[in-house]
Amino acid sequence: MLDRFLRWETVLLVLCVGVFAVGSASDGFGEQSNIAFLLLDYSEVALLAFALLPIVLTGEIDLSVASTLGFCSALTGTLWDAGIGFETIVPLVILAGVALGSVNAVLVVRFGLPSLAVTIGTLGLYRGLAYVLLGDRAVTGFPENYRPLATDSIAGTFVPYATVLVLFVGAAVAVLVHKTTTGRSLYAIGLGAQTTRFSGIRVDRIKFSLFLLSGGLAAVASLIYTLRYNSARADNANGMELVAVAAVLLGGVSIFGGRGTVLGVATALLAMAGLRNVLFLDDVSNEIQNVITGLLLILSVLVPVVFKPRRTKDAPLEPSVADAERRTGADPGGELRRDHQGV
Amino acid sequence: MASCGGTTKGSEEAQGDGGGGTAREADPNAEIKEGLQIAFLPKEIDNPYEVLVDEGGIDAVEELKGEGKEVGPSDASASSQVSYINTLIQQRQDAIVIAANDPNAVAPALKDAMSKGIAVVTYDSDAAPDARQIFVNQADSEEIGRSQVKLMSDQIGGEGKIAILSATPNATNQNTWIKFMKDELTKPEYSKIELVKIAYGDDDDQKSFQEAQGLLQSIPDLKGIISPTTVGISAAARYISSSPYKGKVKLTGLGTPNQMRQFVKDGTVTEFALWNPIELGYLAGYAAASLASGKISGKEGEKFEAGKLGEYEIGKDGEIILGPPTNFNADNIDDFDF
Repeated sequence: MLDRFLRWETVLLVLCVGVFAVGSASDGFGEQSNIAFLLLDYSEVALLAFALLPIVLTGEIDLSVASTLGFCSALTGTLWDAGIGFETIVPLVILAGVALGSVNAVLVVRFGLPSLAVTIGTLGLYRGLAYVLLGDRAVTGFPENYRPLATDSIAGTFVPYATVLVLFVGAAVAVLVHKTTTGRSLYAIGLGAQTTRFSGIRVDRIKFSLFLLSGGLAAVASLIYTLRYNSARADNANGMELVAVAAVLLGGVSIFGGRGTVLGVATALLAMAGLRNVLFLDDVSNEIQNVITGLLLILSVLVPVVFKPRRTKDAPLEPSVADAERRTGADPGGELRRDHQGV
Repeated sequence: MASCGGTTKGSEEAQGDGGGGTAREADPNAEIKEGLQIAFLPKEIDNPYEVLVDEGGIDAVEELKGEGKEVGPSDASASSQVSYINTLIQQRQDAIVIAANDPNAVAPALKDAMSKGIAVVTYDSDAAPDARQIFVNQADSEEIGRSQVKLMSDQIGGEGKIAILSATPNATNQNTWIKFMKDELTKPEYSKIELVKIAYGDDDDQKSFQEAQGLLQSIPDLKGIISPTTVGISAAARYISSSPYKGKVKLTGLGTPNQMRQFVKDGTVTEFALWNPIELGYLAGYAAASLASGKISGKEGEKFEAGKLGEYEIGKDGEIILGPPTNFNADNIDDFDF
């Protein structure tokens, strides 16, 4: 019961409630238009975070998500400028996102390169390609009949259309991660890809698909971003990958893989969006905002370590003791140490 | 819908409106209201030039017994200003004075603000004209662009290769000036001057420093650099002053006297220009307060008092021009402190 109580998700939920409680004291926070903006402002980050979550669960990472978004935004602008219909642009841009994801996938899965190095490379590459496409131009004038989908709320409510999409994607990822065999194998891969491979799980195919999914979701995020700001530019969402990674880590997902839930990430996103909004309303300067977000992030990786003995948790394959052992197994240093003791 | 060919660019040009219901009638005899809350939103909160502008603006607001404040993002990206605009709407400010990072990206949010009765004034870098009521222009863009070329030509003897070190590739004001610089260079008296490259330092000190270094190393016979941004010119001056190019390559552009003083004194820079940023903010502050009090509505021909600067008249497209820029050199630089 105590274990249950100390779950990171619970801590986050408390944090989230706290943020919104403090927020309601700020003028204008509780207004529908503000809540709508708060949700809207994090829709792209949320999509990137949901794309990252399954990848991080397998112990990999994709730092190129925001650059993929930037490239897709630049592509949207280029195509729109060329007079191509917006209905045609949408599938083309999503295909382009998936194609960029496949480059990551090939390098990481087929060539076995470390995803950190590969996606730092493509982070620069895709952003560079975005500038090649659009240069220093900004394309605007996107169709007014589609823009409300990225800016407006459903009539009579404060829920923006974009948030509905985010919720849908979140739910789909939750089903994938928590309710399917593939989902369970993500955790297994994160805890030990080699073992999982020997167990007959198609590790490569799964990882490959995750990078494709990530590229596709980044493309969807780019469409929202471009429509929301009515501006396609090569520097769109510059640096957003770090916010998305922060949300994933704050959500209690282990950067080494094998641990984390969609609920955690969703709560973290809501807490971050709320916190940002409250700090804005209270005129807290950007520097202090960064300090607070940074501290929260450190806290999120520190707390699970401090409470480690109590944590039985979400590795769905085995209960507590074996789980702890597996975790040590996932860390090469620990492996070695154990070997020494064994010999 | 009849159109089955899909939505393409220009297929809905005819949708005007968007001005956001700000057709309030102006009353020239209205008093400036006391206690007005006016927020200044620079491109980037750490940009020393814009901090000066906003200081001038806050001074003006305080003169008028209002509350002025400066808020803004720490990066000059297009989207980060939008969150601030939303916040200012929620805080029910009476006026927003903004230097737009991207004229289109901020437009929907600014229109939203205007539809809620908030006065919107742009300064330094304009937003889409239908997304603000008044644009306070530091100086006539054409005059700035052309005078920069003249400054450079005088220094290099009207001959040689030059480069431009600008801010971000999308900066509205820099791009307008560069357009006029290019046009000026087509005149016969500048036929021996060749503009070989435009580099972008993104108004980031380190990047501007590296870009300046890159220009000088990649173009060995470069005669001069024009940097029409305060961040760019001071970074370039810092690089040149400690490099072998000092005294050989001329640097001019737009800078503040305090930033550039040491480089004028050590001979790195001969002459550069700028308008008075404090007066720019001051004028924007008065314009915003007059708008928020209903004295003016942003229409051409309306007049208002701008404190110690005297009377200004709103020109075409809601534009107000502060005045001609000042040239700074070793003889006069010590007369200025900003």
